[in-house]
This record gives sequence, structure tokens and C-alpha cells, in this order.
Amino acid sequence: MNIVRIIMRVTAVYMIAGLLIIIPAYAASGQAILNDRCSTCHNLTGPSPQTIKELQERKGPDLFYAGNKYKKEWLEEWLQAPKRIRPAGMYYGKHITPGVERDVLDTSTLEPHMAVTEEDADEIAEALMTYKAKSELINMGEYKPGKISLSMGELMFDKFRGCLACHQIEPGYGGLSGPEMYTAGKRLQEDYMMSFMRNPKAWDPKIFMPSGYVRDNDLAKFVHYFHALSEENFE
Amino acid sequence: MTKLWHITTAISVILLALAYSNSNAGEHAENIYQTYCWQCHGMNGDGKGLNIGDMSVQPRDHTDAKEMSTRTDDDLFRAIKEGGQSVNKSVLMPPWGGTLSDEDIEELVKYLRILCKCQYGKSS
Repeated sequence: MNIVRIIMRVTAVYMIAGLLIIIPAYAASGQAILNDRCSTCHNLTGPSPQTIKELQERKGPDLFYAGNKYKKEWLEEWLQAPKRIRPAGMYYGKHITPGVERDVLDTSTLEPHMAVTEEDADEIAEALMTYKAKSELINMGEYKPGKISLSMGELMFDKFRGCLACHQIEPGYGGLSGPEMYTAGKRLQEDYMMSFMRNPKAWDPKIFMPSGYVRDNDLAKFVHYFHALSEENFE
Repeated sequence: MTKLWHITTAISVILLALAYSNSNAGEHAENIYQTYCWQCHGMNGDGKGLNIGDMSVQPRDHTDAKEMSTRTDDDLFRAIKEGGQSVNKSVLMPPWGGTLSDEDIEELVKYLRILCKCQYGKSS
């Protein structure tokens, strides 16, 4: 009996020790991938571009506050099958050429994002969720779920605020210089959206989205609208 | 004679410094224009920007001297800082006062005058 107990205890100790070794290795793996394969195009440490020139040279979204920005489930899916979110890249000025009716996209200058395996995607997403810079800009729990009709949302987004000028609300409809909004509800954390719309400059000082433009009373309504758009599953 | 030489040198230095700062200011305004304005007003400043496909109101053609000469510098400054609605124009022109400083906007107004090759009240 004693021998059985001893064997059980020894086994338990080995299992716990094994877990202690495996868990940090798992967590570190996503970080290692980020360092090895992502840091060339993504800023993992901050700060965001401080000059217009730096903004124009940025290759991919800053990730040093990814844990405050993205939804983990979305990251896991997107990393396995990436699709372009900003039709004209990070800085549209590098990817356009004058056309007859208007400036047109030169898609040959846009590089596709690499895809990763499901396992790597999970590990990267896990690691990104620990990137919590600029938490002081997030008012946790600020967003209270609610609903708005697509027609009212579009009225606000297009006619009242003019956001459609730069953002698409369905594939092929809207401006091209900003990120698409029909996936924002699945892609972005709600409190982040509220904070970013309130003051884009605080997150990204030189970004070409106007600051101080969206009224406080409208912030939640816009997030309701982005949810409604996401539910259309346009992607 | 020496005094005259000193005065001439001092004036030359001041003129060179002014020319340098003006060219820097112009370059700064051009960078701002390329970053914030191209998306709608276009690479040529002619209102044919990347984003205009689904716009209900077309952006101002900054190379249109006739139209641009009807705007005072103050009108242009206000439209940039406070948005199109502040000058009874489209909501599609957002206010950039939260992003750009007054000095940036003043430089942009000067840059617009270069693009239109015009001044208020003078289209040629």
C-alpha cells in the first residue's frame, strides 16, 4: 500500500514538474514567433510613429497594445487565413497612382500577410493578449451593449459624420484609405473602439483619422453599428 | 568700407536663412498634404483622390484657380481646422484641428495657394 502511495506521489510530482516546464514554454513560444517572424513589420515595443515620415514608413499595425485592441478569437482565425483589412495598406500614399477619374490603387505594391498554422496562431494570439500598453486610455466596461438599425447606423456613419469617405461598410462600398469597418465588430474590443474613436491621436499621434470628431454621445452607437455590420457576415 | 561689407554679409545671411526656413516650411506642408489630404483631394490636388468613388459630394479641386480665388485665407484655414460644415460645406471634409497645429494649418493654406497658383480675389 505504501509503495503504491509513494509511486502515486512521485508520479504527481513529475506531472506537476512537467506542467511547470511545459506552461512557460508554451507561453514563450508565441513570443518567440512574434520576435522572429513579426517584428520586422510590426512594432512590438512602441512608441507609435512620432513623425509623418515614420507614419508613412510603417509596414504593419503597431502591436504593442494588441491586448487592448484585438479580440483573441478573431486573431486566432485571421492569422490562419489573413485577408487585407486596409484596402490601400498602412499608408495609402505609397500604394496609389493617378488615374483618369481618380487616384487608383496599385495592388502590385501591396504585400500579402503570411499565414500561420492553427497551433502557431493560438500561441501568437495568447502572447499578443499580454501586450497591454496604453491601458490608461481604456475605460474598462465603458461600452454597454445595445442595438442600432443598419439604416440609422449608416446615416450616422455617412451623412452625419462622413466616415464613409475613408472606410468601407461593405466590400466595395466606401473609402479605401482607412480600415474596413464591416469586420470591426468581430475584430476589435468594444472599449478600445470607444477610446480610439474618442481620440485617435492618443493611440497613434500622426494617424490620418481626424481627432476630436466623434461626439461622446455617439461613441457607443457607432460600436452598436459595427456589431450590426459584422452580423451581416460580408467578409 | 568694412562696415558696408559687414552689413552686406549680415543681410545675405538673413536672406539665406529665410529662404531655407521657407523651403523647409513648404516641404513640411507638402508632407502634411500628402498624408492627410491626398486621400480625398488626390495626388495632383485636383479633387480626384483615392476615396472619392462613393462620395456624395466631390472634394474641392485645389488646382481650380477660379474657385479657390473666391476663398479667403481665413476661409481655407477655418475649413481645414473646423471642417467643411464650419464654412457651410460638406461634412465629408472633417475638422483637422485636433490633429494639426495652427502653424501646420497656416503652412497648408500657403501650400494651397501654390497649388491653385492664386490668391483671394486673384485667379491669375
